[in-house]
Amino acid sequence: MPEIKDLVKGLAEAHGRTRESLIPILQGVIAHENYISDEAMTEIARELDISAAQVYGTATFYSFLDTQPRGKYVIRVCKTITCAMKGKSLIIQELEDLLKIKLGETTPNRKFSLLETNCLGWCHKGPAMLINDEAYTELTPEKVREIINEYIRK
Amino acid sequence: MSYTQLKRVDLIFDTEATTKDILQTAWSKTNEQIVNELLESGLKGRGGAGFPTAMKWKFTSEQPEKERFVICNADEGEPGTFKDREILFKVPQKVFGGMAVCAKVIGATQGFVYLRGEYRFLLKELQKQLDDFHGILKDLGINFSISIVMGSGAYICGEESALFESMEGKRGEPRNKPPYPTIAGFRSKPTVINNVETLVYAFMITKHGAKKFKDLGTADSRGSKVFSISGDTPKAGIYELELGMTVEQFVEEFGDGDTKAVQVGGASGFCVPRKKFKDTIIGFEGVPTGGSMMLFNSSRSMYNVLHNYLEFFEEESCGQCTPCRVGCQQLMKGIEAVKKGKKHAAYLEQLMKLSQTMKITAKCGLGQSVANSFSSIVENFKEEMIY
Repeated sequence: MPEIKDLVKGLAEAHGRTRESLIPILQGVIAHENYISDEAMTEIARELDISAAQVYGTATFYSFLDTQPRGKYVIRVCKTITCAMKGKSLIIQELEDLLKIKLGETTPNRKFSLLETNCLGWCHKGPAMLINDEAYTELTPEKVREIINEYIRK
Repeated sequence: MSYTQLKRVDLIFDTEATTKDILQTAWSKTNEQIVNELLESGLKGRGGAGFPTAMKWKFTSEQPEKERFVICNADEGEPGTFKDREILFKVPQKVFGGMAVCAKVIGATQGFVYLRGEYRFLLKELQKQLDDFHGILKDLGINFSISIVMGSGAYICGEESALFESMEGKRGEPRNKPPYPTIAGFRSKPTVINNVETLVYAFMITKHGAKKFKDLGTADSRGSKVFSISGDTPKAGIYELELGMTVEQFVEEFGDGDTKAVQVGGASGFCVPRKKFKDTIIGFEGVPTGGSMMLFNSSRSMYNVLHNYLEFFEEESCGQCTPCRVGCQQLMKGIEAVKKGKKHAAYLEQLMKLSQTMKITAKCGLGQSVANSFSSIVENFKEEMIY
C-alpha cells in the first residue's frame, strides 16, 4: 500500500520519530483514513523503530483510534446517564432507521459509521452526538434527520 | 426560601482585567509572594481530588531537577462535568495565564494543555488564542511557551499519571504512586498538573490577592466553584457558586420540585438521597465535587442510573489492575442478577464488600472511587435494586 506508506512517512516527518509522536501520528492516520489498518500500524512501527505490538497496544487503548474500518463520517452518540435520560435511545433508533444500519455498523458505501460513546461533556444539552469532530446537542429525531440529510448531500 | 440564598460569584468568567495586566501584576511579585497568597487563599484543586494548589507548586519548585513542566489537565471526562469546556471556550487566555504564573513559580519554560479528544472542535480557536497569548508573553519578555496535546477518547487519561503516559505516546495506564508528579511527572521530570478551573482561580488570586477568594466559602472549602448542573432540572447549565451550601439549598434553587437524589461529583462521586439533603454540605467537609451535579427526580430508576455508571466504569477501566478490571464487571453482573431474581437480595451485601475491596486495592482513583456511587446508591435505594 504505497499511499499508506507515504501518509505515515509524511506524518512522521511532521511530528517527529520519537515515541511521543506515536499518538499524533495515529490521530493523523485517522484523519485521513478514518481507521488505522494493520498496514498502517506496521508502517508506523517501522518509521518510529518500535515494535508493531507497541503501536497496536497504544492504538487499541483509545476509543477514538479505531482499528476497524469506519465510514467517512463517524457518528458517536453519547450514552452516559443524562443523555440516556433525555432520550438517547430514540436518537439511535432514528439514526438506525435513516442509515439502515445497526449500532456498531458502517453503511455499505462507507459513508457513515454509527457508534455509542461515553460522556461527551454536553450533559446539560443532551442528547448529544459527535459526527467526526463536530458536536450536535439537544437532539430530537427531527433534528437528527435534518443533520443526516445534510451529510448525505455532502 | 428565596432564590438569593446561593451566592453567585464571577471570578472565572469576568474579563475586566486583561491577561497582560494580570501577568504584569504577577511578574511584579516574588515567587514566595505568589505561593504565600495561594496558600493563604486556601485554593484546592478543582478537578475533584482537592489537593492544595500552593503545595503542588511549592513542592515542584523545590526539586533538585531543573527541567520542570506545567500541564493543564483539560481531559474533562467525568459524567456530568462540562465546565472546563466552557472555561476554555470563554476565557482561554486566563487558563494560559494561570499556567504562565505557575511556570514562573516553578521555573518551567514549557507547558502543555492536554485536551480531550471529544473537544477537538475547540482546537482551532484555542490555537488562535494561544498564538495571541504567546504574543503577549513575547511583549513582556517572558520565556514560556505552551503546546496543545490532543487526547483520543479515554476517561482514564484524566488521571494525572495516565495523562503523562498518554503524552509520552503510551497506553493511558496510571503509574504507581509515589513518586508523585511534583517529583516525577511528564518525562519523569517534576511536573505541576492542574485542572483548567484551578489554573484560572490561581490566576485570579494573583490579581485580586487572597482575601477576595478566602472570604468566600467555608474553612475546609474556600472560595467559589464552577458547577455543571444537569439531569432533571429546569436550569441545566454552568454556574459559579460560593462553596459551603447544603444539598437542600442547592435543590431548592435547581431542583424541579420532585428531586429524589443528587449525584454529587459525577459517576465517581456520591449519591445523596432526599432524606440527607439537609445535612449534606457540598464541599470537602461533606461531599466533594469536581463540579458535576446531576439531579434525579422520582420518575428515575436508580437501578438504571447505577447500571449506567457501572457500564461506564467497566468500559473506561484501563484493565491494568485486577480489582478494577474484574470488580467493575462483577458489580455490574451482580446487580443484574439481583434485579432478575437470579441472586438473593442479600447478595448486595457481598457486592458492597467487593466495592470496598476495590476502594482499598485498586491502583488509581478510578477503581477506588467506584465504591462511592455504588455504596451510596445501593444503601439508599435498596428496594430499587431488588424489585
